[in-house]
Amino acid sequence: MKKTLISMASALALLGAPALATAADAVKIGFVTTLSTGSGAIGEDMRNAVELAIEHLGGKMAGRDIDVIYEDDAFKPEVGKQKTDKLVKKDNVDFVAGYIWSHVLMASYKSAVDNGKFLISSNAGPSALAGKLCHPDVFSTSWQNDQTTMAMGDLLNQRGIKKLYIMAPNYAAGKNMVEGVERTFKGEVIGKDMTKFPAQLDFSAELAKVRAAEPDALFVFYPGRHGVQLLTQYAQADLAKTVPLYTAFTIDSLSLPRVGEQALGSLMTMFWSPDLDVPANKKFVSDFKAKHGTYPSHYAAQSYDTIMLINSAVEKVKGDLSNRDAVRDALKAAEFDSIRGDFKFGHNHLPIQDFYLREVVKDADGMYTTKIVAKVYEDHQDPYAAECKMN
Amino acid sequence: MNWLLLLEQILNGFQLGLLLFLLAAGLTLVFGIMDMINLAHGSLYMMGAYFCATFTSWTGSFLLGALLTLPAVFLLGVLVELVALRTLYTRDHLDQVMATFGLILFFNEATRLIWGPVGLVIPLPDFLSQTVEIIPDAPYPAFRLLIIIVGFIIAGLLYFLVTRTRLGMLIRAGASNREMIGALGINIRLLFTLVFGLGAALAGLAGLMAGPILSVEIGMGESILILTLVVIVIGGIGSIKGAFIAAILIGLIDTVGRSFLPELLDIFLPSDSAATAAPAIASMLIYLLMALILAIRPQGLFPPKGVGK
Repeated sequence: MKKTLISMASALALLGAPALATAADAVKIGFVTTLSTGSGAIGEDMRNAVELAIEHLGGKMAGRDIDVIYEDDAFKPEVGKQKTDKLVKKDNVDFVAGYIWSHVLMASYKSAVDNGKFLISSNAGPSALAGKLCHPDVFSTSWQNDQTTMAMGDLLNQRGIKKLYIMAPNYAAGKNMVEGVERTFKGEVIGKDMTKFPAQLDFSAELAKVRAAEPDALFVFYPGRHGVQLLTQYAQADLAKTVPLYTAFTIDSLSLPRVGEQALGSLMTMFWSPDLDVPANKKFVSDFKAKHGTYPSHYAAQSYDTIMLINSAVEKVKGDLSNRDAVRDALKAAEFDSIRGDFKFGHNHLPIQDFYLREVVKDADGMYTTKIVAKVYEDHQDPYAAECKMN
Repeated sequence: MNWLLLLEQILNGFQLGLLLFLLAAGLTLVFGIMDMINLAHGSLYMMGAYFCATFTSWTGSFLLGALLTLPAVFLLGVLVELVALRTLYTRDHLDQVMATFGLILFFNEATRLIWGPVGLVIPLPDFLSQTVEIIPDAPYPAFRLLIIIVGFIIAGLLYFLVTRTRLGMLIRAGASNREMIGALGINIRLLFTLVFGLGAALAGLAGLMAGPILSVEIGMGESILILTLVVIVIGGIGSIKGAFIAAILIGLIDTVGRSFLPELLDIFLPSDSAATAAPAIASMLIYLLMALILAIRPQGLFPPKGVGK
């Protein structure tokens, strides 16, 4: 009898859930990410983190239900913009969040802010939105593209690298990442290849040039599926003996199960790592691992923070989202426990934060992950903030 | 100019070209003989890679996995032909495009359901994951060399098949005049099914060869399909010889262009604009070539006999 009751109840819950979730009093969040194509795994990871954040919040923000609507940008700027339009106009969401790719975000953000919605980037950090085009309604729980590679440039200086070869995809974020490393790297950049993105997946021609140029080190930025391919081809070309590899956003917990062996010992810079000793991070990482069996990626970590940031604002205004100035101030205050510890926004609404050097290691269970080796920057602000005329 | 680098880039060009040839051969046969636009050719390439990844993990050997993959993709091709494409031969090209585009979506979603959204890895045996010094002082990845060798062998076998065997005679006849060989009492349905299966197996071979270099992922067929279409248009639709030469040409131009264009532009332009213009122009090169060839010889470089005259 009890069993029947339980199954009846769960059937009702299942049937009732969608109706409840779309009830008028829910806080609506539109989440644009990549769920299809070869990079769909990133979106999956972000969605898992969003779901975990909602679970940690007990499914409520200031007593209101949470309704997250996920949209797939198919890795294309035009689709990202369409989906943003749909979320803003048809679904009338309160917040738009997500966005992995800088070019997708650049194409989409106006659709959100021109219609009076708050936008929180969970990954992309194009220079324009940090500087000249900064907007009072645009926030970020990630970083500006240049920052991570600026830390990398300083690391390369410390390691005595004099001649550097750079490879990156030819799109908004790729250009920012390269500018970042060139900002701080004091040696000579003896070669630079900007490859077609996302079409080019075979880097044989570029890797042959790297070998011929004989640099002290190779620095690459290849996010998502491109990272796996670059690492595999770098290994097959046997370059590791002569040209050490330094990366940014190329090796993450999504690619490590596939390339862990080759990536072991590899160095990268980032604002976060699964082993970062912060209570909120420990809870996030261990619960994520328990639920999905893998380490969360930085995409997941940033997405988790996105939901927590929104929650802090909704709580602060006691669930009343009608006063937009109050919500904006509450977002800006960012009073939540971030996975990176202290969280504060600069005047351009990008976080001012620490950057670390991470190394790929094997954990006690034989799983590949990253561990923090050193802190490279403390409270670092992006170089475009000065161009932002917002208070 | 660094001659060793140039030589290495030429090898890279051949490797890309031969990979494209494996795909283009099947596509051009289907297009030429059956007058059928098959956009799902890239999906068969993807299935080749996924099958090989699965078989390799079952058997523990890449070579065994590869050997099992070929008949599997052949059978899959035959199945697709029997179930879906057979009814489309008499329809116009737009219907075929719609239907085979639908097949792409079907294969991508089926792959996601079976293998999940994260891609797979095809592990290579040690002797293939090292480098060999075929050019002194320029170690070359052994697996890429294998692709070149296999590509040439397949090209030779196809040449023999098409010019020296009865099946090849029928294929050539079909490409020249489809109605006539039907009228002569040849079982054209069986021929079509066989040719489609053969094309699928070649696509599968390309997929399993590309898998270890360009990891195995959903949608991996679409990007390469565009290049393949360029190859068959340049080579002349229906011509294996044309596909071979065009594929090598595209491979070389793409690789060597990507590699040396930045330096070349540096001579004429300030280095800032050269750095931005070079990748853009390099990725346009092959399309420029296609436009040029279409302007001079709209039927392609080596059209089958009796076509485009």
